[in-house]
Amino acid sequence: MAIDNPHFRKKSRFHEHIIETVMFLFALFSMLITVGIVVILVRESYLFFSDPQVDLIGFLTGKNWQPMIHQFGFLPLLNATFTTSIIAMLLGIPIGLFVAIYLAEYASDRMRGILKPVLEVLAGIPTIVYGYFALTFMTPLLRSLFGQDVVEIYNTASAGLVIGILVLPMIATMAEDAISSVPKELRLAAYALGGTKIETTFKVVIPAALSGLSATFLLALSRAIGETMVVALAAGAGPKLTANPFKAAETITGYIVRISGGDVSYNSVDYNSIFALGLVLSIITFTLNLVSRKISTIFHQEYE
Amino acid sequence: MQNSVSFGSEENLLSMMERRRKAGVVWQAVFLFSTSLAILFLILLLFSVIDSTFGFAAIRYEKKPSELMVGKSQLSDFSRQELEETAKTHLSSGILRRVEYEKPIADRTDKDLIGILEQYVLQPSVLRTWGLWASLTKQGEINEYLFDQGDAVLTFKSWLTIDFLFADQSANPLYAGIRTAMLGSLWIILITFLFAFPIGVGSAIYLEEYAKPTRLTRLLQLNIFNLSAVPSIIYGLLGLAVFVRAMETFTSGSLFSGVADTTANGRTILSGGLTLGLLVLPIIIINTQEALKAVPDSLRMSSYGIGATKWQTIWGQVLPVSIDRILTGTILALSRALGETAPLVVIGASTFISVDPSGIFSKFTTLPIQIYQWSARPQGAYRNVAGAAIIALLILLMALNSSAIILRDKLSKKKRMEA
Repeated sequence: MAIDNPHFRKKSRFHEHIIETVMFLFALFSMLITVGIVVILVRESYLFFSDPQVDLIGFLTGKNWQPMIHQFGFLPLLNATFTTSIIAMLLGIPIGLFVAIYLAEYASDRMRGILKPVLEVLAGIPTIVYGYFALTFMTPLLRSLFGQDVVEIYNTASAGLVIGILVLPMIATMAEDAISSVPKELRLAAYALGGTKIETTFKVVIPAALSGLSATFLLALSRAIGETMVVALAAGAGPKLTANPFKAAETITGYIVRISGGDVSYNSVDYNSIFALGLVLSIITFTLNLVSRKISTIFHQEYE
Repeated sequence: MQNSVSFGSEENLLSMMERRRKAGVVWQAVFLFSTSLAILFLILLLFSVIDSTFGFAAIRYEKKPSELMVGKSQLSDFSRQELEETAKTHLSSGILRRVEYEKPIADRTDKDLIGILEQYVLQPSVLRTWGLWASLTKQGEINEYLFDQGDAVLTFKSWLTIDFLFADQSANPLYAGIRTAMLGSLWIILITFLFAFPIGVGSAIYLEEYAKPTRLTRLLQLNIFNLSAVPSIIYGLLGLAVFVRAMETFTSGSLFSGVADTTANGRTILSGGLTLGLLVLPIIIINTQEALKAVPDSLRMSSYGIGATKWQTIWGQVLPVSIDRILTGTILALSRALGETAPLVVIGASTFISVDPSGIFSKFTTLPIQIYQWSARPQGAYRNVAGAAIIALLILLMALNSSAIILRDKLSKKKRMEA
């Protein structure tokens, strides 16, 4: 009978298995990247901290970062990183949120058709162009507003504001998604109770979208902390512990770029120090991303 | 806005309603204002770039044409013979030899010769530049400056010219160009594509078509999302330690002896391309997954139904209908790579290079790196050059993105016709 005919039996298709295995290995490759990042950062950081000139406590609490005289306190770099990021958030979060609210609740289809491409173009512009903008536009603007003596040529305020503009499209787009995914019934219920549009937005829609919005803000903060070219061009070279945003101060990323851009020799403290700082940067951004992800999973459980 | 609603007199009620209405109007104005701010930022950004690309420049020449040939005030007034003569007598012997070596003077066009004479004999140097806005509004200040300088010449200059696109780097901003950087960028993008596209699409196919919902799959997925949020500078550190340092014999080409550029020591196009490949890999995977998710399951089922194997289904049915989206996603990822600066600076690409890259083992510079270097220089004229380079970069990005859109439209039209 036909069943017994060897032609009809299921063949073992060897090449199908090979293809699946190859695809699986490709998928594993991304895991390898993560492992690579962790191994490299930890290994080089270990070398950095095992250098006799460096101690962990001094690294975490020191107020001076001057490799020339063996002082490795990372507080000045961390401080500058947070100064620029906080300024960026002060500009980016309110404007991004308001743009998102406008897009989600108020804008006509025609208006959205104009605004969405504007945001996409803003998001697609390379960060180096934003750095140029900070240097050639924002800094002169701040200097003419607040005085040439008050604002230094390189300063964290200019870099921070421009990073705020840089993360704005990201905040606006993600926040709009969060706001739009609030069920329509909630709005209708609020209207039925006599709420005005703005009351509905602020007292019903925003609280309902809060977890998605916080996830967005954390991700934006993480992006701002990791941003490099704007601070490398506009924030200044030379770590300095200062609370004044109009003074020059070097951020973690700015320092990494400056040191690696020169000819740094392998196995020197300088070389290892950029990996130690890279590790710090990774820990901060990874934590922010993780918390952001956790918050948004909670959010999804609420409405599905 | 008040939380408690009190039904007082009609007057109270009306004033409360009025307050609530006003709050709405005020906030709507705030939203509209924020939105216009976002648009304003984009306009300002573009304006600041265009502003420095065009404008007046005060230029001082070391020699005047009249000093070379009596009675002639411009090089273009020179006759052919006079041009050749001046070139032979006034060019320094080293430059003359180089010029003759590239192309004999007798074979060069007049325009070519004028260019050479201007650059090496008249030796212009930029004293000061003004942006487009200042050029149009601050005539008085500019004239005053010129008066103080005496012999400086004022020319309205577009820093973005055809020559700018095809010239290599130069110590004189007037003659600096982006050819080397553009070639570097294109090489890097090519390596990035060749490296990241197969791996990215392969990973996505595994995750969407083969993987069962196990812990490992979830871990892989989570990992990809995490990678896409890692700051780009971290990829630079990874590339520095792995491609530049650990794999130096491979990435510098000394493994394949003979072709190696010995001075590159691992800081080559190959290293740069691979580093950016790692950077865009998560983006390509995510975009391809989205494309595969959009393919209806009924298509797969009908394919299995007529006896196709899994791979036959993927290769013959799933990929053909999703290839337009996959390619669009990939091009968008590549345009991200084209604009990346930080990882390449970290792996050490940021050096003065005036030689065109000749292969994957060459040292390189890219357009964004060039912009970074020019912007960071204190001399004002380099800012203008950087502005011109930014316009070139933005045009390149626009071309890439519109090619993605055209490709998508074309492929989907073809698909409709077949259907």
